Amino acid sequence: MELTKTNRRDFLKLGLTAGGGLMLGVSWSNASGLSMEVLSEATLAANVDFNSYLSISPEDVITIFSPNPELGQNIKTSFPMIVAEELDADWKKVKVVQANLDSKKYERQLTGGSGAVPHSWERLRKAGATARHMLVEAAAKRWNVSSDKLTANTGFVIHPDGRKLTFGELATEAAQIPVPTEVKLKDKKDFKIIGQAIHNVDNYEMVTGKPLYGLDFYREGMLFAMIQRPAQFGMKLKSVDSTAVKAMSGIVDVVTFKNNVAVVGKSTWEVSKARKALKIEYEKEGDLESTTDHDRIFKELLDSKEATVRRQDGDVTTAFKSAAQVISREYQCPFLSHSPMEPMNFFAHVREDGVELVGPSQTPDMARNATATLLGIAPDKITLELTRLGGGFGRRLKADYVLEAAELSSLIKAPVKVTWTREDDMMGGSYRPAVRYRFEAALDAKGNMVGYKLRGVGINAGNPTREDNFPSGAVENLLIDSVEHKSPITTGAWRAPITNFLAFAEQAFLDEVALAAKKDPVQFRLELLEKAKQSPTGAIKYDIDRMVGVIKLAVEKSGWGQKKNLAQGFSVYFSHRSYVAQVAEIEMKNKMPVLKKMYAAADCGIVINQSGARQQVMGGMVDGLGHALYGQLTFKEGAAEQKNFNNYRLIRYKEVPEVEVHFMDNGIDPTGLGEPALPPTGGAVANAIFKATGKRLYNQPFMKQEEMKGVTLGEKM
Amino acid sequence: MASYSINVNGKSQQVDVLPDTPLLWVLRDSLGLVGTKFGCGIAQCGACTVHLNGTAVRSCSLPVSAIGDKKITTIEGLSEKGDHPVQQAWQEIDVPQCGYCQAGQIMSASALLAKNPKPTEEQIGAAMNGNICRCGTYHRIKEAVVLASTKMK
Repeated sequence: MELTKTNRRDFLKLGLTAGGGLMLGVSWSNASGLSMEVLSEATLAANVDFNSYLSISPEDVITIFSPNPELGQNIKTSFPMIVAEELDADWKKVKVVQANLDSKKYERQLTGGSGAVPHSWERLRKAGATARHMLVEAAAKRWNVSSDKLTANTGFVIHPDGRKLTFGELATEAAQIPVPTEVKLKDKKDFKIIGQAIHNVDNYEMVTGKPLYGLDFYREGMLFAMIQRPAQFGMKLKSVDSTAVKAMSGIVDVVTFKNNVAVVGKSTWEVSKARKALKIEYEKEGDLESTTDHDRIFKELLDSKEATVRRQDGDVTTAFKSAAQVISREYQCPFLSHSPMEPMNFFAHVREDGVELVGPSQTPDMARNATATLLGIAPDKITLELTRLGGGFGRRLKADYVLEAAELSSLIKAPVKVTWTREDDMMGGSYRPAVRYRFEAALDAKGNMVGYKLRGVGINAGNPTREDNFPSGAVENLLIDSVEHKSPITTGAWRAPITNFLAFAEQAFLDEVALAAKKDPVQFRLELLEKAKQSPTGAIKYDIDRMVGVIKLAVEKSGWGQKKNLAQGFSVYFSHRSYVAQVAEIEMKNKMPVLKKMYAAADCGIVINQSGARQQVMGGMVDGLGHALYGQLTFKEGAAEQKNFNNYRLIRYKEVPEVEVHFMDNGIDPTGLGEPALPPTGGAVANAIFKATGKRLYNQPFMKQEEMKGVTLGEKM
Repeated sequence: MASYSINVNGKSQQVDVLPDTPLLWVLRDSLGLVGTKFGCGIAQCGACTVHLNGTAVRSCSLPVSAIGDKKITTIEGLSEKGDHPVQQAWQEIDVPQCGYCQAGQIMSASALLAKNPKPTEEQIGAAMNGNICRCGTYHRIKEAVVLASTKMK
């Protein structure tokens, strides 16, 4: 059940069956530094932990290690595609292996911020191109011809007379070729693998139920544990009576540390049952906040005199005083749970001589370093084996659940896997923060937006604005500020942090401003963008042309404004480094709005994998739609009131509309796609609902609002 | 603790567990069949779906003591080589993102198609609505069920 290790062994076996051949290894992180490692079988056998290379066996198997955590963003397929492209490999011969944590070999071995491909694009291309160069040189040597007469194509080096050699046949000799100081990367028009629809490399394992995930990890002799944490934020542990629990079936120990009471035993069910029998007393150490408190706090903070100014252009006071028309609206979003389908879990074995960690983490390097600090040992004494992640959505950026497992193992001096239940996950914190916004626009007599104000207030939300995003730069007088309320309720990054809600509020607000200015919502945005281009105010930190590009593509593909029987809502947003415009279409059936279809136009630069990218956009929109419609976590005296999927509603099969996805084809280096399709969805839907029904939605989740009473948006929307 | 003999993927298995142990944890912890996933524990998400005498059930809420001699099929036993029409379709359509829910999705879809090889759109919706996919692969799930139905013999 130790998948990654098995794979590693498979690889070593591959090396050993290679009949005395050498293997060619390219360290990815070193690819741009042009350091090449030649690995003999002896080296491979001796370096069990060596895991950062592209290797080509004499049997012509191309092994590519993928270092970043895979949680459904499809990095384990797209990273190797980039290496294979520049290598000119035959994709059918590529074997992909998840690399474990190795911060010496890899940079930025984490999943977050839609940044993996943008960050690694150049390095991965060079890794492939360097190896290709050496294979071609090896062939030139063997054939005694000049290498510029040779070409590499789909796993072969080809002689002008038609002779060809496989990469495998050349691997041993290629390893002897000096590492080039410079390599030529392909012209993008020659890409053969990049831009194709390549299927997920783990499909077979996933559809046959192979043990890929942290929760599937099992080690002979390991113990199972569940931890009781305070149910209310603001409470701390006072006392525990575990006498009865210790006598229960399968229970090995009950251990208390920090605010945690860990029940350790021989099976998941036994520990989960026994945990319920714990008698624990808690005492207050902070405010026990309720959602009603937050509603009151929001109102106070919106009028607070002590805000942090995030961006200020021109003079808003004068602009608003002299305005012909002022529009002011407020929007609110609730806390959300990340709820990845695989609950939190981690395996830890703290031994005298080192620590072994296995499990799902978006930030393995941070988790290891935090463990080292916690246990007071050197990070290099800790290994971290990365499993596939059953979703993350930002929850697994935090290492709390890794640290718990490590601390527990150190206390019981045994290997242990800590499993969270769904209730633990939903009550355990690190939520998307609740936020409220006030937007204000000042229009002159001609309907030009001459003033713009945004105040964002949030519960542990940090800065809930993106002050340099559109429409900043397009308005002469602008003020963006924020106020934060510090709460015992823990929060963290949630897929497309902040923008996952801010985009809805902003795009819904701009729709209202456009209406007040008597302009088409798309035309209104285009005019602002044109203004930002011709006479920018302050710094512009988004690419105006790319934003205009996706707007125009969405307009074209959706037939914006040309469908008589459908109400369309528009939204466009720049997040991380990419641009996505969306159109939602609603049809009125028996006087009820039915969400029929959504269109997306995305500019993420070059699309690596047409299949993965398309699904990433569709999935992001389903995620954005589901949480806008249904997602809500409320609190009563510090405790989450929704504890499982029976009352914390996630979007289901019958609730998704048809989705049509289009990409810009502009040859720009990739700018990331894990998050950018999510933010625009709520705004497009809210604007379409207004168009269809005349009702504006200001708060999420939409379906809980008075305006949506009796509305289902349609089964099979 | 009590001893139970249950039929899993055509094999009789002896397990020694508490009578109220859900089948899910018997499969995962006692038998090492971890393809069946834990998602919610209250039959709301469908990640733990298995077949009980051919019907899709949520194994997280089915105590081992209630199984008797009924035949259990898990994702590992759906086909010998991973080539059940639904498994094939799932790969051809490239359904999974994180993949965690997909074994449950496949078990729901395969139970539906075994009884009703040519389901209507509504029937597919009814069968699949109990399985949550947090990544939002529902469009491809639909495509794959439709494709699988063309492959059913």
